[in-house]
Amino acid sequence: MPFGLLKYGLGKDYPFEREPDLPATPTLKQHYDVVIIGGGGHGVATAYYLAKYHGITNVAILEKAYLGGGNTARNTAVIRSNYLTPQGVRFYSESVKLFERLSNEFDFNIMYSQRGQLTLAHTDATVRAFRQRAEVNTHFGGRTELIDPHHIAELVPTLNLNPANMPVLAGLWHKDGATARHDAVAWGYAKGATQRGVELHQLTEVIDIIKEGDRAVGVKTNRGTVHCRSIVQAVAGYSAVLAGIAGFKLPLVSYPLQAMVTQPVKPFLDPLVSSSALHCYVQQTSRGELVFGGGSDPYPLYNTRSTLELKESLIAHAVEMFPFMSEMQLLRQWAGITDMTSDYSPIMGLSPLRHYYLDAGWGTWGFKATPICGQTMAELVANDGKVPDLIAPFALDRFDHFKQVNEMGATAASH
Amino acid sequence: MKILHCPLNGPRNISEFVYGGQVKPMPNPESATDTEWAAYVFYENNSIGVVQEWWLHAPSSYWFIVERHNGSDTILRTYDPSELLSNPGMVSLEDAIQ
Ligand SMILES: Cc1cc2nc3c(=O)[nH]c(=O)nc-3n(C[C@H](O)[C@H](O)[C@H](O)COP(=O)(O)OP(=O)(O)OC[C@H]3O[C@@H](n4cnc5c(N)ncnc54)[C@H](O)[C@@H]3O)c2cc1C
Repeated sequence: MPFGLLKYGLGKDYPFEREPDLPATPTLKQHYDVVIIGGGGHGVATAYYLAKYHGITNVAILEKAYLGGGNTARNTAVIRSNYLTPQGVRFYSESVKLFERLSNEFDFNIMYSQRGQLTLAHTDATVRAFRQRAEVNTHFGGRTELIDPHHIAELVPTLNLNPANMPVLAGLWHKDGATARHDAVAWGYAKGATQRGVELHQLTEVIDIIKEGDRAVGVKTNRGTVHCRSIVQAVAGYSAVLAGIAGFKLPLVSYPLQAMVTQPVKPFLDPLVSSSALHCYVQQTSRGELVFGGGSDPYPLYNTRSTLELKESLIAHAVEMFPFMSEMQLLRQWAGITDMTSDYSPIMGLSPLRHYYLDAGWGTWGFKATPICGQTMAELVANDGKVPDLIAPFALDRFDHFKQVNEMGATAASH
Repeated sequence: MKILHCPLNGPRNISEFVYGGQVKPMPNPESATDTEWAAYVFYENNSIGVVQEWWLHAPSSYWFIVERHNGSDTILRTYDPSELLSNPGMVSLEDAIQ
């Protein structure tokens, strides 16, 4: 319709609705049914499912900065379910299923792209661990198999199969592996939640938790005091700080995690590729940029500065994997603060305070869990603290009983 | 490049060092309950402020103490652990300043 286009191009009328996707921050009421601390993906997803499935809409999301500006904006958006433990695989597989239909559900494109994820093994021990992960994953309905170097070369012809003189012996090929636009995930959930009546309060920082005996009854913020029936904390890197304000400790240590992105180039790399020995993963975004990242910083810190050491070592490893990357230029580099548990599994469910629920310990791997966290946390809140089976293994008290869910081997190299 | 001042080897690149965890008093392994032991092994303060930590200079296998602000990443003081261990009860810095 070229004439139609011309008409709109020259005219002042815009053919589509001009309603903003998100309402402006409203005034803070004195009482809500549920207060969610943290407006990252996890917080807004929890609000969305509370409104959608449980009819609970008198909900305030309190975010100290802006929507999705924490780790939700900083992650490298790897979505996968090829973990090691049955508890982990069951949980993350549900999240992958939810992700697959999220764009339709929101009527908002989150640019979900299932290109498969390939993890490289350079030692016999890793090959054995991969065999176990493939079996566990297949058992729970995931698509994961062990493939040989010929198959790897077909999938990723540009990959160096002898990086840093550590020949690639095999690969864990996870067809369900995917990526999505992380900001859009937060926006889609926020839009769906606010349309159903949830209030999103940006620039609203929780500075104290109000308690009556062993029960949380409200929060103090820089914009006033709010009372509520239930509180959910979903503040990622600041989980231990907020828990400290609430009066208890969490078994977490906060480390910076850094990542970077290059200038865009023509599409050449379909799967997400990571090397277990080089601690480096590389993927090409739909804009053509190469996003790559690696392990956490070597010591704990609440500071998102960038370091030369990380840039040097990570670039060296990425260039070993894809040698022509040495010709490319870096566009941006950044860090996020990640709340690490010692077993690389999250802490979800009840806290020492009644009516105060935890979604924490998401470390370097929580973006992929955003939908299932929202769904299970909403169920937990709506059922007044009855813990859903899917998250029972991630209870805080597992540390007191030495019942950790060890996902270190399946997490450290590729998040 | 960030420099850490090693009490034994002088100023060195921080990449030569390995972080070894927060200084905290160890309960007696013979008499501690499981919960006490779990608290010692898994829980750290992880708040923002001055922390007292174990660090290792890897090439010389030398362990020492670092006092650091974990918000600004400023290293305030480094010293030999004898200074700490000679202190009965091994009071941690956080306890001392409270
Ligand atoms: C570099 C990097 C790469 C990563 N890569 C991946 C990956 O590839 N795949 C993957 O699955 N995961 C990855 N992660 C982890 C993932 O980003 C996080 O686990 C996930 O985004 C956590 O979501 P969230 O909503 O809980 O936290 P966030 O998005 O951080 O939201 C928490 C919010 O709480 C707010 N807040 C904090 N304190 C307060 C307060 N007192 N009052 C009010 N608000 C407060 C913050 O401002 C923040 O917006 C990566 C992380 C980083 C840093």
